Amino acid sequence: MDYFVFSVRNLKRKGIRSWLTLLGILIGIAAVVSLITVGSGLKVAVNSQFGASSTEVITIQAGGTSFGPPGSGTVIPLTKQDAIAIEQLSSVELAIPRNIEVGKMEYNNIVQFGYAGSVVDGREKEIYELVGNIEAEYGRLLESGDFGKVMLGYSFYEGEKNGYEKDILPGKKVLIKDKSFEVVGIVKKQGSFILDSIVWIQDSDLENLIGYGDNVSLIVVKAKNKDSIDRAKEDIEKLLRNRRDVKIGEENFEVSTPEATLESVNSVLNGIQIFIIIIASISIFIGIIGIVNTMTTSVLERKKEIGIMKAIGAKNSQIFMQFFVESGMLGLIGGAIGIILGLLLGYVGIGAINSFLGSETQPQINFILILFSLIGSFLIGSIAGIFPAMQAAKQNPVEALRG
Amino acid sequence: MKKRGEEIIRLEGATKYYHMGEVIVKAVDGIDISINKGDFVAVMGPSGSGKSTAMNLIGSLDMATKGHIFLDKEDISLLEESDLAQVRGKHIGFIFQQFNLIPTLTVKENIMLPMTLQNLDADEREERVQDLMKKMELQEREDHYPSQISGGQQQRVAIARSIANDPEVVLADEPTGNLDTKTGERVMDFLNKLNKEGKTIVMVTHDPDLAKKYADVVYWLVDGKVKKITRKKR
Ligand SMILES: Nc1ncnc2c1ncn2[C@@H]1O[C@H](COP(=O)(O)OP(=O)(O)OP(=O)(O)O)[C@@H](O)[C@H]1O
Ligand SMILES: [Mg+2]
Repeated sequence: MDYFVFSVRNLKRKGIRSWLTLLGILIGIAAVVSLITVGSGLKVAVNSQFGASSTEVITIQAGGTSFGPPGSGTVIPLTKQDAIAIEQLSSVELAIPRNIEVGKMEYNNIVQFGYAGSVVDGREKEIYELVGNIEAEYGRLLESGDFGKVMLGYSFYEGEKNGYEKDILPGKKVLIKDKSFEVVGIVKKQGSFILDSIVWIQDSDLENLIGYGDNVSLIVVKAKNKDSIDRAKEDIEKLLRNRRDVKIGEENFEVSTPEATLESVNSVLNGIQIFIIIIASISIFIGIIGIVNTMTTSVLERKKEIGIMKAIGAKNSQIFMQFFVESGMLGLIGGAIGIILGLLLGYVGIGAINSFLGSETQPQINFILILFSLIGSFLIGSIAGIFPAMQAAKQNPVEALRG
Repeated sequence: MKKRGEEIIRLEGATKYYHMGEVIVKAVDGIDISINKGDFVAVMGPSGSGKSTAMNLIGSLDMATKGHIFLDKEDISLLEESDLAQVRGKHIGFIFQQFNLIPTLTVKENIMLPMTLQNLDADEREERVQDLMKKMELQEREDHYPSQISGGQQQRVAIARSIANDPEVVLADEPTGNLDTKTGERVMDFLNKLNKEGKTIVMVTHDPDLAKKYADVVYWLVDGKVKKITRKKR
């Protein structure tokens, strides 16, 4: 088509200022493309962080919404007795208390702070199942009777990454709060930042180090089956309200199901998406105004050319098409650069997410998305060109020839 | 093709008024002109006498305020814009004092443009453009842009472009006005050649010698009216 050849010629002679007006389209398309490239990956990554465990697992923590008078904000902790009571519920299969504590660990004469998570002696297997498919990469899992021993998350393994400048292998000794523990194994990489950097330790060992008595950080519950998960949640809430003597709506504890957690995470992600889409829309709108402006200027600058074209037989519709297509091409160029930029951003974004969360999400290049973005930006450009192109088409030939 | 001598252009009381606020400028004020097929017509007159306006009316570039303009017996003053564009594209060729080539197109593309606008297929366009460039002695310049060639060459490109769709009539508004005498003569030779090949040529000029040398008929315009018609014996 000759309109395209023409347009390319005319676009070539456009000045920097005209190209700057493409920034709007460029940013808009880049935002959309990077959003979609990152977005789906981000969802997968985040969901795997929070949804690592099976769906019938419920987590209970103290705290939550507190309606007490000011100053009464101290958290009343959950206890081992709570866990025992919960396990008695008919809708509950298992209820295991766990403690997650912060402490210092020394190895190779380097001290770092990190998290330790307790396992209850004799219930290790249940915990591993509840938390996810915990398996040993090196050595073995922490087992019943493994006092004075620990098992480490995968990120402790490599010396280059673990901050201790030396690989930690099974059989080595580490100092936790200055007490020596033998490493029995390294857990397989879980793809979750939290799970990969935790020290697994027997509850009695951790209690000795910290001294939390019967208090527990959280209780992990497995419902009888997937269908009874909501009933289990209600039963637990009722039980804990009684045990802790609080009214409905004033709970000082939180019973969260994986669905609820995922839902809230996803609603945050959706919020981010909506925000980016709004930015994209605004940019594209600004871009449209920019193109209208560029094309209107172009019509004025090329008035004489329009006159010449008309004198040698161009119909109004042909003049219209010329400017219409040219405007579309302008949009297309903005869009194409935007797509490239968006893909780059997408890759960088996915890389950042992966290194932050320890996940291994692949960016998803979506060719249909690219195709639609190209068509879309051409359409945006040509729509922006409609009015200027009409201006061009309806020029009076004699006046236009005078320039 | 029609025979020489048959009427091809006829203006009956053709009038063009411009409204400049309160004032009405009578650019062309009721002129009657009859031009036969194959004629070489010169239009002369002082500046502002309405020569260009009359040319624009003949070339269907402008609409008459009053009167009728016939091109090959068809009253073009009754046509609407898209049909006028067809008339300009197929039956009229324009040559301007300022050359008026499209700066972003090469010599070849400029000559081809009228054919492109008529949707001629690529092979035919190519064949004809080669003929035209040969005829106007422009072959070596086909890939040059207008800014890269001389005024005389530009005007030859304009001539080639004007006859790209083989129109019956070529309208030239001071075609040598921007050229020195020698270059102008060469351009006139080409125009004369076209005339000898049967094209009807209407040319506005300020140069009485040119009119005398080439024109069969000279229309003298003054204040938008035909003052005098001089015919040369063939
Ligand atoms: N668009 C317009 N609006 C108002 N007046 C116009 C317009 N076009 C032409 N005129 C007037 O009409 C008259 C005839 O103009 P025209 O251009 O036809 O003269 P011309 O004979 O070609 O002159 P020249 O020899 O200088 O080219 C002039 O007085 C001019 O000022
Ligand atoms: Mg004039």
